[in-house]
Amino acid sequence: MADADLRRTRAVAFGRSGLSRFVPQTTVLNADDVARALKRMAHEIIEANSGLDDVIIIGMERGGVPIATAIASALESIENHAIEFGTLDVSFYRDDISTTSILPEVTKMPYSVTNKHVVLCDDVLFTGRTVRAALDAVTDFGRPKSIQLAVMVDRGHRELPIRPDFVGKNLPTSRSESVRVSIDGVELGTTERIESGTRESDS
Amino acid sequence: MNDLLTIEDLGADGINEIMLTADSMAEVSARPIPKVPALRGKTVASMFFEDSTRTRTSFETAAKRLSADVLNFSASSSSVNKGESLRDTVETIEAMGVDAIIVRHRSSGAPRQVAQWAEAPVINAGDGWHAHPTQSLLDAYTIRAEGRDFEGLNIAIVGDVSHSRVARSNIEAFSVLGANVTLVAPPTLLPPHVEALGATVSHSLDAVLAETDVLYLLRMQHERMDQALVPSLGEYHRTFGLTPERAKQLPSNALIMHPGPMNRGIEISPEVIDDPRVRVLNQVANGVVVRMAVLYLVVGSNGGVI
Amino acid sequence: MSTFLHGGSIVGPNGVETADVLITGNSIVAVGTNLPVPASARTIDSTGMVILPGLVDIHSHLREPGNEEAETIQTGARGAALGGFTAVVAMPNTNPTIDSPSVVRDVLALAEGVACEVLPAAAMTVGRKGELLTPMGELAAMGVRIFTDDGSGVQNPAMMRSIMEYATGLEAITDGEPIVLAQHCDVTALSDRGHMHEGEWSTRLGMAGQPVIAETLMMQRDVALAELTGARIHFQHVSSAHGVEIIRSAKASGLAVTAEATTHHFTLTDAACAGYDPVFKVHPPLRTSDDVAAIREGLADGTIDAIATDHAPHEPHTKEFSFDHAPPGMLGFETALSLALHELGLPLERIVELMSVRPAEIAGIGDRHGRLIETGNRANLAIVDVDETWTVAGTAMASRSQNTPYEGRELKGKVKYTIVEGEITVDQGVATR
Repeated sequence: MADADLRRTRAVAFGRSGLSRFVPQTTVLNADDVARALKRMAHEIIEANSGLDDVIIIGMERGGVPIATAIASALESIENHAIEFGTLDVSFYRDDISTTSILPEVTKMPYSVTNKHVVLCDDVLFTGRTVRAALDAVTDFGRPKSIQLAVMVDRGHRELPIRPDFVGKNLPTSRSESVRVSIDGVELGTTERIESGTRESDS
Repeated sequence: MNDLLTIEDLGADGINEIMLTADSMAEVSARPIPKVPALRGKTVASMFFEDSTRTRTSFETAAKRLSADVLNFSASSSSVNKGESLRDTVETIEAMGVDAIIVRHRSSGAPRQVAQWAEAPVINAGDGWHAHPTQSLLDAYTIRAEGRDFEGLNIAIVGDVSHSRVARSNIEAFSVLGANVTLVAPPTLLPPHVEALGATVSHSLDAVLAETDVLYLLRMQHERMDQALVPSLGEYHRTFGLTPERAKQLPSNALIMHPGPMNRGIEISPEVIDDPRVRVLNQVANGVVVRMAVLYLVVGSNGGVI
Repeated sequence: MSTFLHGGSIVGPNGVETADVLITGNSIVAVGTNLPVPASARTIDSTGMVILPGLVDIHSHLREPGNEEAETIQTGARGAALGGFTAVVAMPNTNPTIDSPSVVRDVLALAEGVACEVLPAAAMTVGRKGELLTPMGELAAMGVRIFTDDGSGVQNPAMMRSIMEYATGLEAITDGEPIVLAQHCDVTALSDRGHMHEGEWSTRLGMAGQPVIAETLMMQRDVALAELTGARIHFQHVSSAHGVEIIRSAKASGLAVTAEATTHHFTLTDAACAGYDPVFKVHPPLRTSDDVAAIREGLADGTIDAIATDHAPHEPHTKEFSFDHAPPGMLGFETALSLALHELGLPLERIVELMSVRPAEIAGIGDRHGRLIETGNRANLAIVDVDETWTVAGTAMASRSQNTPYEGRELKGKVKYTIVEGEITVDQGVATR
C-alpha cells in the first residue's frame, strides 16, 4: 500500500494514533481529465484577474498543495513568467481542533499577501470549514485585495456560505462517501479505519 | 494517556512528532503576528510549586501564541504553605475549569500524582531530580535544528547528574533517538547505581572532549559544596568547567548547550560564553516553540478521543 | 462459660493434628477427641480450619496518645485481633512519648478491655531524643520489657553503650526476666535526606536514597556494643541482605541477639515506589528482590526470630502529599498472617514459631502467649480458614487509617475467630470489641 493511501489523522504522541484508508469504488476523472481541468482553471484565473499581476497562488495543506502546484505551473507556462506561490496549513485555525488534531504541516508563505489577489487552492470543497479557516489564516499574513477559491472537486454539503470561484468538477456525493483527488485522477469511494481512535477528516 | 510526564511516555516516535509539530510552531513564531487561534477558549493552568521564571515564562509565551488563557498559580501566593494537600490544591484549580495543568514541583513524582487526581491532562514542567521532559524536547529540537542526525551522535552531559532532572530526561531522550550519551562528573555528583540510567560514565572531561559532538553543561548548585560533594566551586571549574583551553579541544562543529541560567566561571568560563558554538539562546527560543507543540498536541487533542 | 472448638486442626506439641479444644475461663482445659462437652458451652465448628496459638506482634504503632486521628489503642487492637493477634507491643513514639511511668499507666488503662493484650514498649531515651536515659528501672518494675527509640535509632554510640550497660543491671529488678533493647538501626547522617531505598530505582525516579549501609553500620556497632556489655539487643525490621548476614554471624558467635522482619520487607521491593504512591514509603525502605530473598531465607533458617508488622497507620490525607513529604509507614495487622502463610513457603509450625512463639518470648509474655494448643495453656488463640480468599481494602479495615500497600490484592487465609484469655474478640470474622 502506498504511503499516500494512509492518512494519519491523529497525533501518535499522547496515545492517539489513528490511520484510515481510502477504498476506491468509482473513477470519476482520469489523469488526462484532471490535466485538462487544471488547464481550464488556469485560464479562468487569468481571465478573472485580467492577467497575473498581483496574483498569488496558495495551496492548502495537504491535498491542495499538488493542485496548487499544478495550477501554478500551468499559469507559468501560459504567461511565461514565475508566479508567487505559498502553502498554508490551516490546522491552527480549524473550528474542530479538539476533535481532530491533525498533525500540522509547516506553512510556507514567502510572499506578502497584502494588496494581492490570493487564489486559495484545495483538492475537495465539502463543508467549507477548511476554507473558513484558510480565510482567517490568510488574513493573519496581511490584507489581500481579494481572496478567490479554486478546487478540483466540489462535492456539495456546504455548512457555511462559501462558494468556489474555479471548479474542476462538480461531483454530487453522499455524506458517507469519500473523494480522493490527485493529479492522477479523481476517485469516489469510502474510508475505513485501520487503527483505533481514528476520526476521518472532512476532505 | 493525555499527560506528558516523562520522556519515557513519548518514545522516539512521540519525540519526533513533537519536533515536527514544533517546526510549524517555529513558522508561526516567525510571523509578523506570532499568534494563532489554535487554543482559543482553552485555559491552561500554570502551577509552579517551585520558582522558575524561565520555564514559567516560556510556557506562558507558548500558551499565549496559541491564544490560550493562562491561569497562574504560584506556591508562594497560595495555601500550599498553610499545609493544604497537593490534591486539594489541584482539585481547587481544576474546579475553576482548566484544559491542561502545567506542574512544576520540587518533589519528584508530584506531577504523576497530580495526573492521577486531575481530569485535565498534566504537563510536567520539572519535578525534583526526576524529569523535565519539555527541556529535553527543546534540547533535542535545538540539536536537530542544526541538521544533526542523532544516530551515533556523541553527547557528553557534564556536571551534577545526581541532582538533575534535566540530565535524567536528556539521557532518555538522546538515547532513544540513537545518540551515545556519556556522563562526565566526579563520583559524588553521579547517582548511586548510575548504570540504571543507561549511559557511559567518565570522570574526566578532558578525556571525552575530542570525541564530543554536543557538550551539555549542567548547572552547578552552590549547596553541593556544603554537602561535601565537591571541595570548592573553583576546583569544580578547573576540573569540570569549560575553560578556553578545553574549548579548543572540542571539535569546531560541536555544539555547547546549557539549560540555563549559566554560572559564569563555574560550568563555563566567561571567555567561552560568546563562543560561536554556544547554543544557549537557541535553546531558549526553541523552548517556546517546543512548548507550543506540546500544548497544541495535549490540549488540542483533549476531549475528542473516540 | 466454656467454648468448644470442634473439628479443627490444632498446632500442638505433636505438630498439626485434628482435635477438639475445650476452653473454660481463660484456659484450655481439654484437647482431644470425643471430649465431653458442657451443656452451656458455645460450640464453634472449626472443621477445615486451623487453630493457632494467638499471634504476637512485637512491633506496632497504635498512635495513642497523641495521634488518635490515625489510630487508637482500641481500633488498633481491634485490627490486630482481626489479624489473629492476641498480643501486640505498642511502640513508644507517641505524643507524649511513652518514656515515663505515667504515660505507661495511661496506655495500660486505655488498653483495658480492648480486643487483644496491648503491651507498651518504652523509649530508651527521654523523648526519643538520644540525650537522657528514661527511668528504665521504674518502667521495668511496671512490667515494661522492651525498650526502644523506634522511629529512629540511638545515634550516639556512647549513649547506646550506656543504655546497654544500664539495662544489664535491670534483670535484678525483673527477677531475671530479660530486658530487650530493640533498635531501629539507621545512621541518620547517611539516610535522613532519603525517602526510599538507595538503588537503581531511586536513581531512575530522581529520589534521594536511604542506603543499606545506614542500617548495617548501626547493626555492626550494636553487635560490638552487645559483645562489650552483654546486653540483649533486638534488631527491628531488618530490611537488607547484609543485615541478615550480620545477625547470622552474631548468632554464630554466640551473642544473644534477636531480630524481626516485617511482612512488607519480605513481600515488596523498591520497584513498588515507581508510581510515587506514598503508601509504599516506609522506614526502613522497601529494598531489592535480593534483599527480599535474603530475608525469606533468614526467616526460614531461624536467623530472623520473628515476623512483625510495624503496623504504622497514617491519616488518609497524608497519602495525598508528595512522596518525599509523606510520612513513612504501612498498615500491617490484617494482612500479616495471610502473607506469611502463603508467601514464605514455610510449614505452618514454622509460621507459628515466627509469629507467636518467638515474639512472645522476646516480649517476655511467654507465660500466656505463644504457647501451643495444649491443655493447661492460656486460651489465647486464633482460628483461621487458611484457604479463604479475600480482597484487601483499606476502607474495610478496622484501623482508622487506610494505608495498606496491598490494596486490591487478593490474599488467602482469613482469621475467623480470635480468642483472648478465653474470650472471643473476633467472632466469624467480625471484631466484638
